Amino acid sequence: MSKLSATMPAALASENTVSLKRQLGRAERMKKLKYGALIAPLAIFLLLTFVWPISALLKRSVDNPEVIGALPATSALLSDWNGENAPDALVFAAFAREMGEIKGTPVLAGAAKRLNMEQPGFRSLMMKTARAMPPAEGVSPRDALIEADERWADPATWRFLARNATPYTGRYLLASVDRTYDEQGQIVRAGDDQAIYVDVLKRTFGMSAIVTAFCLLLGFPLAYLMATQPPKIANTLMIFVLLPFWTSVLVRVAAWIVLLQTQGLVNQALMALGVTDHPLQLVFNSTGVYIAMVHILLPFMILPMYSVMKGISPTYMRAALSLGCPPFKSFWKIYFPQALPGVSAGALLVFILCMGYYITPALLGSPKEQMASYFVAFYTNQTINWGMAAALSAILFVATLILYMVYTRLTGQQDAASKAR
Amino acid sequence: MNMIDKNIAALAEADTAATKEDAAPHVTFRKVQKTYDGENLIVRDLNLDIRRGEFLTLLGPSGSGKTTCLMMLAGFETPTSGEIRLGDRVINKLPPHKRNIGMVFQNYALFPHMTVRENLKFPLAVRKLPAAEIDKKVDRALNMVQLGVYGERYPQQLSGGQQQRIALARALVFDPELVLMDEPLGALDKQLREHMQMEIKHIQRELGITVVFVTHDQSEALTMSDRIAVFNQGVIQQLADPATLYEKPANNFVANFIGENNALAGIVESVDGDYCHLRLDNKARVQAVMGNPLKKGDKAVLSVRPECVQLNVQSLGCANRLGGYVTEITYLGDHLRVRVELAGRKEIVVKAPAAQHKHRFDLGDAIHVGINPEQLRALDPALGA
Repeated sequence: MSKLSATMPAALASENTVSLKRQLGRAERMKKLKYGALIAPLAIFLLLTFVWPISALLKRSVDNPEVIGALPATSALLSDWNGENAPDALVFAAFAREMGEIKGTPVLAGAAKRLNMEQPGFRSLMMKTARAMPPAEGVSPRDALIEADERWADPATWRFLARNATPYTGRYLLASVDRTYDEQGQIVRAGDDQAIYVDVLKRTFGMSAIVTAFCLLLGFPLAYLMATQPPKIANTLMIFVLLPFWTSVLVRVAAWIVLLQTQGLVNQALMALGVTDHPLQLVFNSTGVYIAMVHILLPFMILPMYSVMKGISPTYMRAALSLGCPPFKSFWKIYFPQALPGVSAGALLVFILCMGYYITPALLGSPKEQMASYFVAFYTNQTINWGMAAALSAILFVATLILYMVYTRLTGQQDAASKAR
Repeated sequence: MNMIDKNIAALAEADTAATKEDAAPHVTFRKVQKTYDGENLIVRDLNLDIRRGEFLTLLGPSGSGKTTCLMMLAGFETPTSGEIRLGDRVINKLPPHKRNIGMVFQNYALFPHMTVRENLKFPLAVRKLPAAEIDKKVDRALNMVQLGVYGERYPQQLSGGQQQRIALARALVFDPELVLMDEPLGALDKQLREHMQMEIKHIQRELGITVVFVTHDQSEALTMSDRIAVFNQGVIQQLADPATLYEKPANNFVANFIGENNALAGIVESVDGDYCHLRLDNKARVQAVMGNPLKKGDKAVLSVRPECVQLNVQSLGCANRLGGYVTEITYLGDHLRVRVELAGRKEIVVKAPAAQHKHRFDLGDAIHVGINPEQLRALDPALGA
């Protein structure tokens, strides 16, 4: 009896917990399904318009389908080849057969173009060789190929073909940082005529940094003013900040061209005031780009700063003053650290937007001010070199991600410090 | 206006006379005025002496000018006219960071990006004290508020009461000349608030510092203060110790603002020294002590505290006896709150000891109320409005 009474409650309890857990699980599952259904449209939308295109583009930066697509059997054989002696007859036979098959098709043209990118002169070699294929009856494919062009007797030619007959290549990414493969497949600095991208990237980061710095210098006092004024004045200021924000970027850029040109309002005003006696070159150079970009990006700097500053109670400053700290030091030691999340959010936003800026430098700058996105556009629109366009985009994307991680680390520490409970 | 000024001046004189042995006042407000818009005076002609080492409370409803006074003393507002002295220095134009006045803010204003210890170090580091001394002072201040182990935490990790104590410690750590507190206990729950009231009071006594405390909570003011200045409409209505304030309110506003009050309207029929005879609206005649100077024919407001009204048998010995009916009885443990309707629809609230009066009467019963003339104060209704 006593045993029974002792075990009964325990058994009951365990049974209860099991069914309780099951009930909880069921209740939670319904809730999760409901939430999932609610966000599903957005998730699908993001997947289709954001995740998928970006991953496809990133894949393009390492994608290398031309050669392997045109010469699948040869590629397979070459991947097993040791690369030192001349390739065996099987390779020659497969190559000759496949060249004969693709003769005169766009597939051959694509592969030839792709190879020519890396080694000028390879296009004509490929075309010439294809015209001589397939070999005549009774002639060995090897003889026929060497007959067509004696370069096929050189293992280096085959090594080059083998190197480019892989499904993926780091070539585009290397090219975006001015590196390339040499004859032996080692990574080396690209020739001076091709080594332009490091400079472009440096310029992109440099210009972004300068624009961000100007936005910060101009935006911080305004955000502070807005945060400390009574709502009526703050709202009026806010409208002035947002007004240009609601206008198309293209219109604003065009307006800047009108204002800043040699006979523009700004130059006329400067000359009328006697600041200068001849019109200054304010547009189609870096000055114009900086003026317009700072103007366009300023709201992105001000808004995050304002929202953070608005949450900082003025009593903190008063407290610092009452504790004997002089006004400027109080501002620097007490107010600024609390405003820092807004400052860094604004700076990061402006910097990231800057890095991808295309239209403003394209319209207001000279060739010397063109940033990375100009070259992305160049490769997609003019030379149809998706690999390079994707590789440059990938570099910008990675730089953005790194910046974002740095930002979350910086603010994360702040948050951990201030929010730890 | 003139009347009240004279009244206050008389009170102020009485105060200064009583404390002649004290050295010069610690803080002096002389004819201080403050307006924000050039039309309405938030503070009108403020004259106030704060004694060294006292706990002075500025009490009043919101918008009465008490906080503005504190802000002028702290240096965050400048007087429109008049003069504020700290010791023998005029501090009107002295910026707040040079005043050496500690302040505890309503929402504590502990710096969220600094630990508790860094918060306390801040005023000392600003004063460029040697590191060893800073550490010593910070430790002492933390121990004073019994939060020695919380030094490395951030303010958000502390409870409201703990934050309050840190704010107090920070305001005291640099040995300020004066400590100002702007409704510092407003955000705490009742129990904690009462506990903190005593703790602040003890610390103030122990250190012998001068504290100026702003609150709109009259019971808080009564609990903590050495003296209370009751503000209304930018004017100090009365400056006195808690007992005087409660028992001898200087005018109708103070009588109503401090504690619970029964107000009965009447007309003065005759004046007899400190006492006068009055006729109430319901024709009943009563005798009362004169709280303000009144003469025959003047309108008066009679003020009596609920606990000074006697019921039934206890009312027999009172000079003023009135009849009425019980309209409400509320049992509150130690006492009963009895609402009595007098003739002419006048109501009076009585606090009666529960032990004596429980079950002695019921709703609707006829009852006698009695008030001694010395506990019934005739006040000028025009004052303090």
